[in-house]
Amino acid sequence: MSFRIVVLAKQVPDTRNVGKDAMKEDGTINRAALPAIYNPEDLNALEMAIQMKEKIEGAEIIVLTMGPGRAAEVVRESMYRGADGGFVVSDMKFAGADTLATSYTLSMALRKLAPFDVVLCGRQAIDGDTAQVGPQTAEKLALPQVTYAESLVSVDAKSVTIRRRLERGVETMKAPLPCLITVGSSAKECRPRHAVRVMTYKYAATPSEMAASTDERRKAKVAADKRLQIGEWTANDLAAEPERLGLAGSPTKVKKIDNVVLVHKEAKSMDTSDKSINELMQELLASHIIG
Amino acid sequence: MNFYSDNEALKFHLNHPQMKKCVDMKERDYADKDKYDYAPQDFEDAMDSYEKVMEIIGDISANVLDVNAEEVDHEGPQVIDGHVKYARGTQENHDVLTRAGVYGLALPRKYDGLNFSIVPYVMAAEIVSRGDAGFANIWGLQDCAETIAEFASEEIKAEFLPLIHQGKTCSMDLTEPDAGSDLQAVQLKATYDEAKGMWLLNGVKRFITNGDADIKLVLARSEEGTNDGRGLSYFVHDRRWGGFVVRRIENKLGIKGSPTCELVFTNAPAKLVGERKLGLIKYVMALMNGARLGVGAQSVGLSEAAYRAALKYANEREQFGKKIIQFPAVYQMLALMKAKLDASRSVLYETSRAVDLSKSYASLVNEGVKLTPEQRAEMKLYQRNADMLTPILKMFSSEYANQNTYDAIQVHGGTGFMKDFPVERMYRDARILTIYEGTSQLQVVAAIRHVLNGNASKLIESYEAEAVRPEFAALRDKLKAMHAMLNKAVEDVKGAGNEELVDFHARRLVEMAGYTILGNLVLLDAERNADMFAKSAEVFIRHGESIAKGHAEFIASFDAGKIGCYKD
Repeated sequence: MSFRIVVLAKQVPDTRNVGKDAMKEDGTINRAALPAIYNPEDLNALEMAIQMKEKIEGAEIIVLTMGPGRAAEVVRESMYRGADGGFVVSDMKFAGADTLATSYTLSMALRKLAPFDVVLCGRQAIDGDTAQVGPQTAEKLALPQVTYAESLVSVDAKSVTIRRRLERGVETMKAPLPCLITVGSSAKECRPRHAVRVMTYKYAATPSEMAASTDERRKAKVAADKRLQIGEWTANDLAAEPERLGLAGSPTKVKKIDNVVLVHKEAKSMDTSDKSINELMQELLASHIIG
Repeated sequence: MNFYSDNEALKFHLNHPQMKKCVDMKERDYADKDKYDYAPQDFEDAMDSYEKVMEIIGDISANVLDVNAEEVDHEGPQVIDGHVKYARGTQENHDVLTRAGVYGLALPRKYDGLNFSIVPYVMAAEIVSRGDAGFANIWGLQDCAETIAEFASEEIKAEFLPLIHQGKTCSMDLTEPDAGSDLQAVQLKATYDEAKGMWLLNGVKRFITNGDADIKLVLARSEEGTNDGRGLSYFVHDRRWGGFVVRRIENKLGIKGSPTCELVFTNAPAKLVGERKLGLIKYVMALMNGARLGVGAQSVGLSEAAYRAALKYANEREQFGKKIIQFPAVYQMLALMKAKLDASRSVLYETSRAVDLSKSYASLVNEGVKLTPEQRAEMKLYQRNADMLTPILKMFSSEYANQNTYDAIQVHGGTGFMKDFPVERMYRDARILTIYEGTSQLQVVAAIRHVLNGNASKLIESYEAEAVRPEFAALRDKLKAMHAMLNKAVEDVKGAGNEELVDFHARRLVEMAGYTILGNLVLLDAERNADMFAKSAEVFIRHGESIAKGHAEFIASFDAGKIGCYKD
């Protein structure tokens, strides 16, 4: 039985530990100063995909990522942890895409991967924090969607049962397949790279990477082994409408970006007498900051 | 954080020029490449895989082991119904490493191992130990599989070795209440049961690290009526066969996450490993050498953790209007910590390479390959160096781990004495290192032979034969002078014709040899990469010289008649 799981994953600048160089003068992200990482919640989604694969014999995991050529790293990283292969959707025409253009592009790529049984992705990416791409993609493909997934309860050929993390509790929900699931950060952390998988897949590459490589041994190895061939699609391959791609297809326009500078407000100085300390304690208790 | 990629010294040692030979011999013309898609095609491919797997272990050590270490230290394991339950963090550490597929690093591929050279295997242990030195025991006991691979029958290998990669844990059950350093006194009884076709074990073992393991190697008395090492054989036991309980676990000073068990065996079924009567004489000695290399790695990893903690604190803490690292009293303490760390790491990997090459030769011989005279001579040399360097490594690195963790607290001052910082745990964890797998005093017993018979001197000569750049000439001269002092001290002590005097001075002689060997190694490291090691070479050789001179003076001026003053 074939059972295809597609994971949508994104390479993002690591915005979790930003230093003073994180933003450029013009208020845009200084990508050079921030290492490119696997979007954390997409890793949670990958873990859930691997769990599904473990429950369904013959299941395969395909990773789909949209980004510049170096985003192939995301596909390799996924293969090191349990994915079977993947595609990089890359074209200058995709540049400047907002969530609408991105979800359109991804939906067109997903059509090429059909028939699939489940699409999994992170709830949101740490660079944009919109949480819109997953739901929009589902809408475009007319797929049922389960958002804020926290754990996989069960899965079979026809349905999946998911526990969702909501603001005030959890909800368990059964959805028919195919469907799209967005996974939050409260879900199980992704398993580590597997040593044997790393050694098996470390040479995997896209055609562009192969063209740029001078490593003949790697080229021969990739050419001889289909599992090491990461797919690559451009706008043409997707048969996409050009006006719906990239900046042209993005109604969102950034008007202005402000740097937020945190300043102290209502600073209060006090001496070290017992009286002052006592007053401070009373104040903190009264405002429920402590106690 | 990644405890491999944030440490340039590891990459430096992993890429030692001799690695080509180590990997070529381990991979046997890279013949596995057609059988396993993860096997390397050539040397570069293998080294690339080593680095990538070290990165996995570095990631887990930094982001799981190190994070769990404090909680594990407080919580510790428990005994429930005769079996051990690990602390939550210990179990998580083990599970994550298992899921990363890194257990069985050095085992052959046909047993689901990764067939890595001993060098990255030892490096993995060092990295794990930096994360949590106590957990390094549970990780390191996969060494037992090495002994099975080397000496057990094909049937036992096929039965047990693939379990390692699946995350089954091991223990080596040697010590008993009356048999600690003196293993010849082991009494646990093994009797053959014809009906079951199995051996049955009866008796008590004590101080058994990870004693409730899935796979146990047990030293037991198989020959009735014997009293010494020649009556002992080696057995493998699978926990699923039943027959032993954990009576208690010890409450220890350090490495608290690693359960130290007292075990009672009652008709526990077991299979014989190798031949009868060779248990202690051959197999345990081999296992012990591997374990000593493991303690070396554990010591270096812990030294690294302690040095980094001290360096960080000294750069942050201000007193008298300055960062404390700016005071000579503090910066020289840190420089010496670093020098000891670099020297102990250098001897760790020098020993690992010798062990690796001698094992590769041994496996060729085991398979009936006929060696050329040159190959035979080379095999002997590596075996001899492995035998000599292992106890020197074990003694020096474990003593340095103690000194470095002690100094790490000292740099922290009163803060370091508190549980708020990890250095007090490291200090407690270090204390066992000079004791288990043979005390420092027993390492002297193992090493002194090589110092007295000139093997150490020959090894030092081989280092001296390697050219160094002119700016290192002065350090080279110091090392040569230390070598001459060593030779003179050895001659003087031997010349006295008094065996007790030899034993009396043994530690001093082994230390003189050790400082000369380690000093040469750090100098050769500096020759390969001056930016990384020139300072440590200067600091370490000066330090070693002062100690060697002290020992030489003590030996030269000592009157054997005064030994009595040291006795009750």
